[in-house]
Amino acid sequence: MKVKLIAAGVLALATIGASAQNINGAGATFPYPIYSKWFSEYSKQNPNVKINYQSIGSGGGIRQVSEGTVDFGATDGPMNDEQIKGAKVKTMHIPTVLGAVVPVYNIPGVNKDLNFSGDVIADIYLGKITTWNDPRIAKDNPGVNLPANAILPVYRSDGSGTTYIFTDYLSKVSSDWNSKVGKSTSVKWPTGIGQKGNEGVAGMVRQSPNSFGYVELIYAVQNKMPYGSVKNSAGKYVRASTDGVTAAAAASAKTMPADFRVSITNAPGTTSYPISSFTWLLIPTHSADAAKGKALVDFLGWMLDHGQSEANTLTYAPLPKPVQDMVRKSIAQIK
Amino acid sequence: MHSLPPCGDFHSPHKLPQGEYNQPGDSDFQETKIVSSTRMTTEREPGSPLPVPATLAVTPTPAAGAEPQAAVTTLSPIREYLSKRGSGRLADNSFAAVMLLCACSIFVIVLFILTILVLRSHLSFAQFGWRFFTRSAWDPVSGDFGALPFIYGTLVTSFLALAIAVPLALGVAVFIAELCPQRLRAPISFLTELLAAIPSVVYGLWAVFVLVPIMREILGPFLLKTLGWTGLFTGPNFGVGFLTAGIILSIMILPIISSLTRDIMMAVPNSQREAVLALGATKWEMIRIGVLRNSRIGIVGAIMLGLGRALGETIAVTMVIGNHPEISKSLFSPGYTLASVIANEFSEATGDLYLSALIQIGLALFLVTIVVNAIARLMVWAVTRGAPGRAA
Amino acid sequence: MSTQPFNQPRPPMNFETRGMRLNSTRRTVVNYFVTGLSILATIVVLIPLLAILFYLIYKGASSLNLNFFTHIPAPVGEEGGGMANSIVGSGIILTLASLMGIPIGIAAGVYVAEFGQGTLLANAIRFTADVLNGVPSIVMGISVYSLIVMPQKHFSAFAGGVALAIMMVPTITRTTEEMLATVPHAIREAALGLGVPKWRTVLSVSLRTASPGIITGCMLAFARVAGETAPLLFTALGNQFWSIRLNEPIAALPLQIFVYANSPYDEWHRLAWAGALVLIVLIMVSVTLVRIFANRGALKGGS
Repeated sequence: MKVKLIAAGVLALATIGASAQNINGAGATFPYPIYSKWFSEYSKQNPNVKINYQSIGSGGGIRQVSEGTVDFGATDGPMNDEQIKGAKVKTMHIPTVLGAVVPVYNIPGVNKDLNFSGDVIADIYLGKITTWNDPRIAKDNPGVNLPANAILPVYRSDGSGTTYIFTDYLSKVSSDWNSKVGKSTSVKWPTGIGQKGNEGVAGMVRQSPNSFGYVELIYAVQNKMPYGSVKNSAGKYVRASTDGVTAAAAASAKTMPADFRVSITNAPGTTSYPISSFTWLLIPTHSADAAKGKALVDFLGWMLDHGQSEANTLTYAPLPKPVQDMVRKSIAQIK
Repeated sequence: MHSLPPCGDFHSPHKLPQGEYNQPGDSDFQETKIVSSTRMTTEREPGSPLPVPATLAVTPTPAAGAEPQAAVTTLSPIREYLSKRGSGRLADNSFAAVMLLCACSIFVIVLFILTILVLRSHLSFAQFGWRFFTRSAWDPVSGDFGALPFIYGTLVTSFLALAIAVPLALGVAVFIAELCPQRLRAPISFLTELLAAIPSVVYGLWAVFVLVPIMREILGPFLLKTLGWTGLFTGPNFGVGFLTAGIILSIMILPIISSLTRDIMMAVPNSQREAVLALGATKWEMIRIGVLRNSRIGIVGAIMLGLGRALGETIAVTMVIGNHPEISKSLFSPGYTLASVIANEFSEATGDLYLSALIQIGLALFLVTIVVNAIARLMVWAVTRGAPGRAA
Repeated sequence: MSTQPFNQPRPPMNFETRGMRLNSTRRTVVNYFVTGLSILATIVVLIPLLAILFYLIYKGASSLNLNFFTHIPAPVGEEGGGMANSIVGSGIILTLASLMGIPIGIAAGVYVAEFGQGTLLANAIRFTADVLNGVPSIVMGISVYSLIVMPQKHFSAFAGGVALAIMMVPTITRTTEEMLATVPHAIREAALGLGVPKWRTVLSVSLRTASPGIITGCMLAFARVAGETAPLLFTALGNQFWSIRLNEPIAALPLQIFVYANSPYDEWHRLAWAGALVLIVLIMVSVTLVRIFANRGALKGGS
C-alpha cells in the first residue's frame, strides 16, 4: 500500500514536471524591460510556462536562434538576406513594440530643448561641425545662446540595434554619411569616444560638459536628461514620444512587407518621429518541440491582446492597429 | 683499512650487489662509534640490525641468512608489507602519471583554444594574411580590418598598469610581511585581498562615475602642469583614455601581485633574516638582502600573473578607454584594446568576415601574450643565470 | 686591512671617523625613507578600496532587504524583486568550477614543482600557464560555447562551470608551483629518509607545508572568476526564474549585475549595486572560512 502511494506520488510529480515548459530566448537589450515584464506576467497567468529571456545583444539573438541553441530570438535590426539564408533554423520576424533614438547633450548654461536637423547630426559625427556655436546649429535654434566650446561626440562602442537605427537614419539624410560610413550595428566612427551600452553613453554625456550622444528614449527619460527634437521628412521638428513613434509606424504600415522587415526611419507624416524603429521577436516557423511551439504562439496572442497596453507605462510605443492585424495573421501560420 | 671520514660513510666494498643494508653480521665496520653533535637521534652502531617491529622480528633472519644468493627473486616481508601500503614503485609512478596528466591538460586547453581561434578566423586570414597584425584599420561596413591600433592599446595599458602596480604592490607586501605590527597583519592582508574580490563590472562602473571626473578635473591638469614637458600629456582631456585605463587596471592587478609576494616573502626562512641582521644591517637592508633577494623568482612569477590579468581584462577597460581605434602618443587620448573590441563587438557581429576578423583579434592577443611572456622569461633568465634561486 | 695576515691581531674598527658616521646616517635615513614609502604605498592602495566599498554601500545598501535574498527578479515597477536565484546560481556554478579547476590546477603545479623540476616539459607548462592566464575571459566563453553549447544545442550551468574552471587553472598552477618551491628541501629529505613514499611526501609534507600559499592562490583564482561576466554570457546564459538543474541556463550574480547596471531604471541600478555588495561579501566570507579551516602546518619563516 505504501509502495503504491509513493509510486502515485512520484508519477504525479513527474507529470507536473513533464507539463512545465521551460522556454529560453535571447537577444536585444533594448526591449529587455518590457519583455521581462511580459514574460513574468504571462507566467503568473500560465504557471506551467516559464519563458526565460536574456539580453545578450541583437546579433547574439540572431545567431543563437539560427543555431537552435535557444527557442526564440529578439533583435532590433532585421536579419539580412545572408543571415536568413545561412540559418539552420528558419524563423519569422514578429514586431512587438517600437522604440525611438534621441539625441542627448550636455551644454553648460543651456537647459532648453534644442532642435537638430538630420544632416547637422551627421556632420557632428563626421567631425565637420566642431563647436556648439556653429551657424548651422544656430539656424535650427534661433534665440538660443550657444557657447563656443568644442563638441565631444559620444557613440556606442558595442555593436547594437540602437546604432543600426541611428546610422540607418543618418544614411538617409546625409549622402556624405552614406558614402563615408554607412549603416550597421557597428561602424567606423570618424571622431569621438565610444561607451558601452545605452547606459554608458547616457552616463558619459551626463557628466561630460559639451558632449553629444544618442540613446534610446527610455534612457533619456529615466535619467532626466535633456534631449533634442529632430527634423522629420515633412520639415517639422518633432520631439520623441510614444505617439510620434506610433505615427511613424502607422505611416509605413501601408508599405509593410509580409515578413515585417522594414526600416521606418525618416518616415513620412507630419507627426512622425524620424528616428524610430520596430523591434522584432524571431520565432521558428517549425518548432522542434511541438509543445514549446504551441506555448510560443499562445504567448504571441497574449502579447497582442494584453501586452500592448502595458507598453506605454515603460515608455515603449505599442504597435499601430493595422500592424497588429497583420501580425495576428502571421502568427496563425506558425506551427 | 681505510680511515673513515668524520661524518660517517656507510659504503662497504664487501657489500652484496643488491644487498639490503645492514644485514646482521655482515659488516666490516668495527671502528669507533660515531657520535655527531648535529644528529638528533642517538647513533646506532653500524652493523646492528634495524629495529624491526616485533611481529616481523621472526622472519628476516632465517630468510636472509638461508638464501643470500636467492635474495634477488623473493621480496622480503618488509618489502611486501610496504608495497601493499603504497610504498612501492607502482604507487609512486601512478601518482606521477596522474600529476603529469593534469599538467598536460593545460596544453590541451591551450591547444584547443588555439585551434578554435585559427579555424574560425580562416576567412579573415585568407583576406588579410599576416598583414592583419600590422595594419591600422577597422571598418565593419566596408570590411576593412587591421589589428595594429588594438595591439598598441593593449601593450600601452598593460605596461602602464604594471608600472603603477608593481612598486605599490611590493611596498604593500614589504609592509605586511616585515614592517607591520603583528596585530595589523591579518586585517591589512584581508583588505588587500578584498580588492581581488571586487567584480570587474564594479570596477568599470566605479571608474566611470568616480575616476573619470577626477581624471578630467584634477589629475589631468595636474599632470599636464608637472609632466607636460614629456610630450605624453598633449591633446584634449576628456577623462577617458589610456591613462585612466592604466590606472584602473593597476588597481585590479595589485592584489594578485601583493598577495603572492607577501606569501613568498613570508616563506623565506628566518635564518636568512637573522644572518643579515647579525651582520649589522638596518631593517631595510635586511629586507633587501635577506628577503627580497631570495624571493626574486617568486616575485617575477607574481608579476607575470598580474601581467596576464592586465592583458586579458575586458569589461573594466572598455568602460574607460574611449574605444577609439587610434595610435597616439598622448596618454590622454582615447584608444582601444584587443580584449575590449572583442567584448564590444562579438555579440553583434553581422557577417562572416567581420566575425572572423574579431576571432583573428583574439589570435592576435594570444600572440601578444606569448611574445610578452617570452621576453619576460628571457630577461629573468639573463638576470638570474647562475645566481642561486632560493635559500633552501 | 685585508692584506694583513690572518692570525695577527687587527686594530679595532674605528666607527667614529667622518666617513663611517656619514655612512651610518645615510643608511638610517634610507631605512626610514623606505619604511615611509611602504607605509605610503599601503595607504595609497587602501584608498581606492575604501572608496569603492563606500560607494557600493552608499548606492546599494538601501536595497538590501529580506526580499533581496529570497525573491527572484521582478519586472520594472513591481516591488519585492530580489536576486535570490542569482545568488544560488552563482554558488552552483562556482562550486562546479572549483571542483573541476582546483584539483587539476594543484596537480599540475605539483607535477612542475616535484616531479619535473628543470625538465623542458615543466618549463613549457609554466610558460603555457602564463599564456593561458592572459587569454581574455570572452575568448574562453567563446571556446567553451563551441565545445559544449553548440553540440548540446542548449546553454547550461555545466558549460558555465567548465568555462570558469579553465580560467582558474593557470593561476592555481603557478601559485602552487611557486609555493612548493619555497618548501625547504630538508623537510622533503627528512620524510623520504624516513621511508615515506614520494607520493605521500608530496601530499602530507610538501603540500601541507605550502598550504597557506596554495590557498591564497586558489582564493585569488576563485575571487577572480566569481566576478566574471563575459564567459557566462555564452555558456550559462542567465535565467530570471529559479533553476538548479545543471543542464539548463542558470542565473548568476555578475550577469544580473551587468544587465541591471546597463538598464535605464534607477531601482534596477540600486539593485545592481546591492548585488555587487552581496557578491563581494560572499566571496570574502568564503575566502575567510577556507583560511580558518585549512590553515595548518604553516611554515612561516621557520628554519
